[in-house]
Order: sequence, then structure tokens, then C-alpha cells
Amino acid sequence: MTTAPAPATTAALAIEDLEVVYTVRGVDRAVLRGVSFSIAPGEAYGLVGESGCGKSTTAYAALRYLPANGKIVGGHVLVAGDDVTAMTNAELQRYRATEASMVYQDPAQAMNPSLKIGRQLIESFTLLGQSKDEAEKSAVAALRRVRIADPERVMDRYPFQLSGGMQQRVVIAMALACDPKLLVLDEPTTGLDATVEAEVLDLVRTLRHQSNAAVLLIAHNLGIIRSLCDRVGVMYAGRIVEEGPSHEVFDNPQHPYTVGLLRSLPRHGVRKTERALTTIPGILPLIGSDLPTCVFVDRCPLADDTCRQVVPPVVNVGSGDRWTRCHHPDRIPELVEALPDAPIAILAPSERNPEVLELTNLSKTFRQRSTDVPALVDVDLQLAEGETLGIVGESGSGKSTLAKTILGIESADSGGSVALDGNTVAPNTSGRSTDDKRAMQMVFQNPDSALNRSWSVRRILLRSVEKLTGIKGDAANKRVEALAAHLRLTPRHLDLKPRQLSGGLKQRVAIARAFAGDPRIVVCDEPTSALDVSVQAAILNLLADLQSEEKTSYVFITHDMGVVRYLADRIAVMYLGRIQEVGPTDEVFNGPNHPYTEALLSAIPSVDGEPSTRIRLEGEIPSPANPPSGCVFHPRCPRVIHGTCEMIEPPLLEVSPGHSMRCHIPIDELRRLQSKN
Amino acid sequence: MGRYVLRRVASAVVTLWVLATIVFVMVNVLPGNVGRRVLGPFALEDDVVRFNHQIGTDRALISQYLTSIKRVFTLDFGNSYQSGEPVKDIIVPALFRSAKLAVLAFVITIPISIAAGIFAARRQDKVADRAVVNTGLATSSIPDFVTAAVLMSVFCVHWKLGHVFADPPPGTSVIGQLPYLLTPAMALVIAYFGYIARMSRAGVIDGLQSDYARTATMKGLSKGQVMRKHILRNSLAPTITVISVQVGYLFGGIIGVEKVFNYHGLGSTIFNAVTSHDIPVLQGAVLLVGIVYMLSTLVADIIIAFLNPRVRLEASR
Amino acid sequence: MSDSEEFVPRHAEIVSSPGADVYMPNTDVPRTVSPPTTPAEIDLSGAVQVSERQQARRENWRLIRRRPGFIIGVLIVLVWTICALLGDRITPHSPLDFRTTPHLSPRSGFPFGTDEQGRDVLSRVMAGSRDVMKVAPIAALLGVFFGVIVGMLMGFFGGWLDNVVGRIVEAFLALPVVLLGLLAVTTLGTSSAVVIGVVAVLFTPVVARTVRSAVLAERDLDYVTSSKLRGESSPFVMFREILPNTSGPIIVELTVRVGYAVFTVATLSFLGAGPQPPSPDWGTQVSEAFRSISAGIWWTTVFPAAAIASLVIAANLIADSVQSVLEAS
Repeated sequence: MTTAPAPATTAALAIEDLEVVYTVRGVDRAVLRGVSFSIAPGEAYGLVGESGCGKSTTAYAALRYLPANGKIVGGHVLVAGDDVTAMTNAELQRYRATEASMVYQDPAQAMNPSLKIGRQLIESFTLLGQSKDEAEKSAVAALRRVRIADPERVMDRYPFQLSGGMQQRVVIAMALACDPKLLVLDEPTTGLDATVEAEVLDLVRTLRHQSNAAVLLIAHNLGIIRSLCDRVGVMYAGRIVEEGPSHEVFDNPQHPYTVGLLRSLPRHGVRKTERALTTIPGILPLIGSDLPTCVFVDRCPLADDTCRQVVPPVVNVGSGDRWTRCHHPDRIPELVEALPDAPIAILAPSERNPEVLELTNLSKTFRQRSTDVPALVDVDLQLAEGETLGIVGESGSGKSTLAKTILGIESADSGGSVALDGNTVAPNTSGRSTDDKRAMQMVFQNPDSALNRSWSVRRILLRSVEKLTGIKGDAANKRVEALAAHLRLTPRHLDLKPRQLSGGLKQRVAIARAFAGDPRIVVCDEPTSALDVSVQAAILNLLADLQSEEKTSYVFITHDMGVVRYLADRIAVMYLGRIQEVGPTDEVFNGPNHPYTEALLSAIPSVDGEPSTRIRLEGEIPSPANPPSGCVFHPRCPRVIHGTCEMIEPPLLEVSPGHSMRCHIPIDELRRLQSKN
Repeated sequence: MGRYVLRRVASAVVTLWVLATIVFVMVNVLPGNVGRRVLGPFALEDDVVRFNHQIGTDRALISQYLTSIKRVFTLDFGNSYQSGEPVKDIIVPALFRSAKLAVLAFVITIPISIAAGIFAARRQDKVADRAVVNTGLATSSIPDFVTAAVLMSVFCVHWKLGHVFADPPPGTSVIGQLPYLLTPAMALVIAYFGYIARMSRAGVIDGLQSDYARTATMKGLSKGQVMRKHILRNSLAPTITVISVQVGYLFGGIIGVEKVFNYHGLGSTIFNAVTSHDIPVLQGAVLLVGIVYMLSTLVADIIIAFLNPRVRLEASR
Repeated sequence: MSDSEEFVPRHAEIVSSPGADVYMPNTDVPRTVSPPTTPAEIDLSGAVQVSERQQARRENWRLIRRRPGFIIGVLIVLVWTICALLGDRITPHSPLDFRTTPHLSPRSGFPFGTDEQGRDVLSRVMAGSRDVMKVAPIAALLGVFFGVIVGMLMGFFGGWLDNVVGRIVEAFLALPVVLLGLLAVTTLGTSSAVVIGVVAVLFTPVVARTVRSAVLAERDLDYVTSSKLRGESSPFVMFREILPNTSGPIIVELTVRVGYAVFTVATLSFLGAGPQPPSPDWGTQVSEAFRSISAGIWWTTVFPAAAIASLVIAANLIADSVQSVLEAS
């Protein structure tokens, strides 16, 4: 760097060359290898990266909170000039109470389950020296500031009685109690529904501008970082490999890793019919592994001998504030230009393949002690051969129940049916024939719980092959080997147990298992949500390939709009057990939309910086046990027609060929209303 | 909360019924002619038959069972086969004697064990922690009669601090009874320290590793404040459960200690009833122990519900 | 723990044709799915042996072996096993020989002293191990065996079965266990078979509880759902899918139960329900001897009592080591 570093006293947070190790079984493993960055007061800085990169460790290190086996072995953390790394315990307590605060990933766990909200919030104020009465008033004011409508009532509640969004707002209120100089947010919206997430992010944005705190935001979702942060640092294996203003870094990355990361995301509305997603070869290094000079060298397409022998320098690129840690920043443009070639053969939209799955009037009501919960209500869907139907929705939408009912894990209510190739199948899997069972299989969200950890991969696949196809012995073994090869698993992998595989590999095994019997339909329930972005790309490519080869149909459940846009041919949007909109992907994304879809689409912050249409929903998602009358969406609908929507539930009507909506507002009116934005 | 308590009570009543049934089954399924056992091998056959008729063992099993259950729920335990006295007069005083010993043992054990558990949890994996855990392991492994015998040998005989016969003479004041009861109580303390300390330690360790403890630390609270205000409330539940289970055991299961110190608690009563095949006393005493156990677990569950708002608020829906 | 390669950068494919710096991207999955084209995948994490799962098990075993608690526990068990196996052949005197002076305090020749019938206490303690070692492990095994079955059924099926059996289990826990064992023994006799049976029956509910919790933790995991989608029968799911994943807690429970079995068996014989005198069984010895303590004769009680304690402690030490290692893995 040619410019002199800003004087430490002006930075709200300055991390200098921070090195942190975790001691595992007596050996020190490097987790942070010299991390340096600074945040000015009032600035928001994002740290982004995949699992094991050390971003959470950095966040906690800023408050000097490390696990018992972690220690800072080098560098400094300076907050407004004070060296946090050198503080005594008493000083550290005072620092945490008055100067720095944190917002956590899981707000439900972050609060004490047996104390009322009021008491926990008041504690934050009494620590500042306020009297009990003052603290109580401050607490109520704080809750109002985070847009909680009825603060006194909330104060009297316990954490488990609040929804996720409310819980996080309380945590934010606790964090802001001391008007901190540094506010750290560790994945604050992971686990929240999209519309709730949007509200919380809006809140953070507003509050941020009201105070002069420096904000450090940790996230793996690049869209959130872009929408909230001025500058961003990309972390890999305990080092920052690139830093700069967020929009510049995301539009014009200057490090091979960042390039790879951004290219593996489905961006700019790309569809599977255009190209495959780029993947980064190799796997993420485990936290604390020994790495050579450039931490990325083993996976970098530009790597050469210099990279292996000499630590890459920090190189300034572009305008003053940007830098990257690479030997060959000049070769980045070649990386960017080389795109993978066009993928699979696609279904021409006009030719309708035969229908392989038909859901008619499908409902599922769960009978609990005193109430009935209608989790699914009157669902009609069709799925053609080789087609991917994406299902999106938030909690309570019924998408998991839909998956279970299709597969027979739950029995649908009588009156509804599931038909495979025109023939109705039994409502419960125990009543279905083997042929039906092999035709419909599932890939689960969490590969750790989906594979039996006591079984080897070979046994997992072999059992599925034997049970679903009836083939036994040598023939079965050969089939297992072919299946593994088809999914790019080596023979060596077959003898391993699931815990010896990475997340992506485990999911491959799970997919292989689903394909063991040549299924017609595979229900994928958030198959990539638990995986890192770069791994996700490989799995999505794999699924697309298998589909084009085997003409398998997918029911693809996800909350990620980018992913569903990429992979799905048609999309169904669900809310409180009912389908609100269903249609071809392009039509659904281009609009006009059902008001709920509209809100969903505008809730997602995009890494491309496309402006969202700023539709924000008020209130919480109602519980499925107590659905609102009439149109279930009416209490939150920004386009509600009073008098009609509360009374009458709109039917699902076709508004254009192949595109249906459940809304009282005519399609042309919606088009008019939504094009204004 | 009220609904929760009601449900627990109902559940306890059912279990008590099952208990009574099990006792009935055990007593009647096992071979043996009751009359013969009670009156001895030299009694006349006629007397045995008359006795059996008197107590009703010659009736059909079902009818006996129903009578038995009816008597349980009316708390009418009948008369002892051996002595003829009402069973109540035998088992209730025994209950009180057991209670005295149990209360003394708990008053000493509970604070020490919980404190030791917290102490160990805060120094996890260090020497102090290992010492507490291993000591607890060792002492709770030793059968109670072993500890009782050794303690008696050391304290009562060698150092003459306690009494070999731990039953205090009637009329002794409460304070006066202490020297009698202390040594057997110590045997119990040694036996139960381990369980309670380990449970308390586990609960506190869970608390220390929890997210809410992390939040409290990050707010700027000191270690002590985090422990007192946040962790203890949440970590005591498993310990309370363990203690409640031990209560039942302390009333009916410490026959070893009772025998060594010649203390006539419920355990001895049951033992004598078994060896003399005195069924009414046996049934009455065992049921009494069962009731104590049910009560203690009920109280424990209520305390836990009190500490854990989720349990009491969700259960009452 | 090593991880496996996912996709390998095919260094061989970075082609630079003369004069042009053309970069060929390393795509991992070729767009037409076909078997790997590189003959040998470059494995950056080092050769992964086929027997990795055996390696993991071996590593656990190695960790257990090194724990001091485990070593001490095994040593103690070994000592008593040898005594039990060899019995009279290695005792310094015959355990039944009462020709020596009674109530000799510990001295050379009689390191543990003699009892009221003049028998050498050391010999009796050594010989007494046989009775316990014969009964306790088998009783524990039986108890665990039935407990696993009951616990598995309760946990897997839930519903009314769980409720009904749960009530029965709870009732058993409320009973003074030892005394019911006593009841059975007084009516059925004091043979080893009876004692084993009684202890096994009394242990089954306790083990069932532990197994039930372990099963509940597994039952809702996705691999169980997946097996239902294949049409697996309930017994298959219970015993081939779920049971292997609960083996950890079951092993710990087994070792703990052995300790309790020794405990219970000793208490039963102390109460007179075990091997009768003149058997050198430890509990029996204590029951005969403890009244002499007030007369100052402590060795006839303390040594057999210590023997009992040592075996129970040994079992618990082993259990604790196994549990710590399994928890950490």
C-alpha cells in the first residue's frame, strides 16, 4: 500500500494482524492468520466467506470472546484506540458493557429461556449505572425503537413466546442499549423467514444511520452484505483475500476466490438453460489446517510456482480503497471471460411432456390435542416428465407437508389424491407398491441426519438398490458402483462412513441413494441450504445433469429465490398451506405477481445490487392453526381490497396460459400497480 | 400451572395402581403357601387351612386382587399376620423414623453436593474437577452397608463418637437425637454425594456452554453474576430430578444401613415382612414407599415447572 | 480426521499453447456426465485407506486404553477374575479351614487376620470373588439384553405402548429394588440362577429407560424416514438402522450395570439372600461379621467390604472412561 495507514485513533475498530489459534488435542491450529482491517465510525463493514474461513472467530475476537481452547497469539484489536487484547478482566467487562455489543445468529438460544424479556433488557441498562426505574423506562423506549408495537406486553413475556423476528429485535435492542461504538452482527438473519429477514435488515439499516456506531456484519449471504455494508472483506482460510467498497468488489472481483465464489451463485437471473454454474475445484480447507503460502493456491486456476513459494503481496487495485492478495491480479480478466459452455438439452416450452405427477385437491390436517391444524389446503398441481417444479414459501407455508404427503410419509386427508402416471397411489407409503416407491424418492436438507452414520456408503446404496429394484448379489454391487461413478464418487468413497465425507459429498451420496431405483420423481427438500455456496453450485449442476439424462422430474423446495430461478421450470408460491401463485419461472419472476410473491421477491437482497421494489410486509406470519378468514394473506397484503378480501377466499384461477393466481385483483390491474415501481 | 399439576397427580395415581398390582403379582405368583410360611413347618394342617381361609388366600385370584386394590385406595392395610396389630401402627412409626434419617441426610448432602458440582464445573477438566468427579464416583460405588460398617467401626467403636444402635431412646429431644442419627446419616451422605454432585456439575457445564451465558458475558456481566443470575436457574433441573429419585430410595431402600445400625426404618420393616411372609405389612410398607416416591417426584416436577416457564405455560394449554 | 477429495483441480489440463496465455477453466463436472477421465485422481489429502472406519474404531480404543481410570479399573477386575478362576488353588490357606485361632488380628501369615471360626480372611476374600463374578456379569448382560428390547419398542413405537410400559417402568423404579429381590429369593431359593434372574428383571426397566431416550433421539432423523420410503419393515429399522447408532449409550449402560449388579448381589447376600454360610461370598462374610465391630474386631468386616467396593468402583471407572471417550468422538 502506498498510502499511509489512517491513524489508529480515528478508526472505531482497527484489527491489526490478528492471529488466533485453537488448541485441539494439544496441537495449536491456526484459525486467523494475520487479519487486518479497520472500520471508521458510522461505517458498515462486511466480512464474507464460507464455512471455516474464520469470520465468526474474527467477530468474537473483536469482543475478545474466544472458546476455552482459543487464544490470541498475535496482533491487536483496537477499539477507539483502546487495545482490547491487552485489557484486564475488569476493563474487558466495562468495555463489553459500554462500548461494544453483539447481535447473534440464533436469537432464541441467545436469550435466557427462564427470564422474562423485561428483566433481560433491563439488565443491559442497569449495567450502565441506571436505577431500576430508569432502566425500565429505557427498556420500553428501546423496544419502541426497534419497532415493537406493544412494548409493555412484550416485556412481560418469555423468549419462547415471541416469534423469531421479534426475538431478534429484542436482541438488537439489548445490543443498542449502551449506544456502542462498535456493533457486531453475526449472521443476524440466518434462520429467519425472508419477509421477516427483510424487516430486520431494514431496521438495522435505519438504526445504523441514527447512530455513529461502526458496524461489523458477518454473513455468508452476499446480497445482505451488499445491501447493508459500505465495504466488504472476503475471507478465506483465516485471511482476508480481497477488500474494497462492496458494490465494486461484487461487480468486479479481483481475487480468484472471489471470482469463483460470485460465479458459483446464480446471478443476474441466470437459468439452467443458459449455462452451468461455475464451481471451484477442490474443497474448503478445514478450520486450522496447515496451508502453504497463498491460502488459496490448491484450488486456484491461476496458481503457479511463485504462488506456492512466495506469500502473495497485498496489491492495490482500482481506486485507492481496494486491494487484493494475489500474485496475478492482472490475469483476473481471463478468469472472468472463460465461461462454462451451455448445458443440458431443455424442454421446449411448447411441447408438453406427459404428466408424471398429479395432485388433486390435496389437503392435510394435523389433529392436535385441542385444535386441528390445516397444514395443506386444496392443493392442485401437475408435474410433467423431466420438469422441475420449484416450491417456495416461508414457515407455515406447508411446503414440507406437501413433500411428505406426495411421498406418503404423511397421509393426505381423504378427498385428495396423488396420482403417478395417471394412477392414484395409496396415501401412505406403507400401502404403496415397490414400483411406486422406487418411482418417488427424496433428497433431504441435512445430509448428516439423512444418512445412517453407522453404515458405509456402499451399504447405504446397496440397500436402496436391493430394496427398490429387487436386484441382489453381484448384480446389485455392480449397480452400486455404476451409480457411484455416475455421481462422481470414487470406489474409495464407497468404503467410507458418512462422517468421513464433506457436506457436498454426503449430499451426493444422498442423491445417489434417491436415484438407486431410477425414480420418476425426486422431491428435493432444501437440498443445498446446508451447504456452502461453492458446493451448492456443484450439486445444482449435478441435479440438472441427472435430470437431462434420466428425464427425472423434481419437486424442488427452497427458500432461495436465486436457486429456484436457476433450476426450476415452473414455480409454485405457497402461503399458509395454499398455493397462491403457480406458473413458468420467467413469468413469475418478471411479473405481474400475486402480492405475496411480490413481497417475497422484493424481500431478498440481491448481490447484483438490483433495487428491490421496497414492498414490506407488516406483522408476523400467522400460525397455520389460526388462519385468517377469507384470503389468508389479507391481514398483511399491501394491496388488500377491504370488504372483499377478508370475506371471500379467492380461487386459484388461470390468469394466462400455464400461470394461475389466487387473488381478487385482476391480472391487468396487478400489472398496472406493479409496473409503477 | 394448575392443569399441569393435575395431570401429574393423575399420572402418579396410575403409577401407584401399577405398583400395587406389581406387589400383588409378586406376592401371589411366587410359589408358596402363605399359611404354611407364616405359621411355620410344625403347625397343624388344619390350622394352616383355617388361617388361609381367614386371610382369604383360598379365594379366586381375581377376587383377591380386587380386594387388595380396594384396600390400597381406602388406605386400609389390615392387620399383620405375624403380630396381629394393625399394619398402620407398624408402618407409620417406621415411616417417621426413616423420614428423620432421610431429612438429616439430605440437609447435609444437598448443599455440599450441589456446591461441589458447581465448583467442579467452573474448573472443568482441571485437577479440582477430576478430583470431585472421581471422589463422587468412588464413594457412590461403595454399597451403603459397606460404608455403614466402616463408619460404624471408625466412629462408633474406635472413636466412640456415635452409637452402634442408632435408634434414639423414646423421648429424646431433637438435638439429643442428633448424635444417634449422625453416623448413619453420614453413610448416606457419602453414598449419595456422588450422584448429586455429578448431575449438578453436568447441568452447570451445559449452562456455561450455552448461548445465553455467552450473551450474558458479552453484556459485560462478571463470571459470578452470569452464574448466579442466569446459569443456576437453568441448570438445576436435572439435579432436582436426581434428588427426587433418591428420596424414594432413602425411605425404602437403605436396608443395609438400617441393618448395620439396627435402625428400624421402613427398610427394616419391609425386610422383616419379607422374611416372615407377612403380606399385609409388606404391601402396606411398599406402598408407603411408593407414595413417598411419587410425592417427591411430583414436587420435583412442580419445582422444575416453576423454574422453567416453557414447561408450565405450554403444559397448561 | 481426514476428509476426502471432492473435485480435483486437473493441473494437467492447464494448457498453455505457445505464445498464447489461454486459460482453460477447470470445470469439475463435465456437462455430459461420464466416468472420471483422469486415470488417477490427484488426492491432495493423502492416501485414504479403505479401512478408515476400522481406523476410527481403533483410535477410540487407543484413547480409552490410555485413560488412568480405565487402566486401574481393568487391573482390579483382572485381579478378581484370576482369584475367581483359580480359587482355592492360589489361596494361602483353605477358605473353609477353621483350625486356626479365631479372631487373630492382621499379622504375618494372616495378613487379613482370622474370623470368628479361625478361618484366614485373606483366603476367604480371594475365594469369595467367584460367587460375585459368576453372577454379576451375566445378570447385567441379561438385564441389558431385555432392556434394549423393551426400550427400543417403547422408543420406536411410542403411543400407548410407550405410555403403558412407561408406567410399569416407573413403578419398578419406585419399588425398593433390593427388597423385592429378597422376596423372590426367599420364595424361590438362593441359587445363582434365581439371583441372576431377579437382578436381570430388576435391571430391565432401568436400562429400558436409557435405551428409550437414545432411540427417541434417532427416531425423527431423516435416515429413518428414508428407510420408510424404501419400505423397510419396523424390525429392520429398529435393529439394523437405529440400534447401531445407540451402541454408545448401550455399552456405557452395560458397564454401569455390571457395577450395579455387583452392588445388588452383594447387598442381597448381606441380607441373607445369597450363598449361605460357610460360603466365602463377600456379602455373606460381612453379614456374619459386622456385629463384631463393636467388640473391636474390624478386619472380618472391612476386608470383604473393601473387596466389594473395589469391584464396583472398578466397573464404574471403566464405564466412565468409555463414556468420556464416546462423548468426545
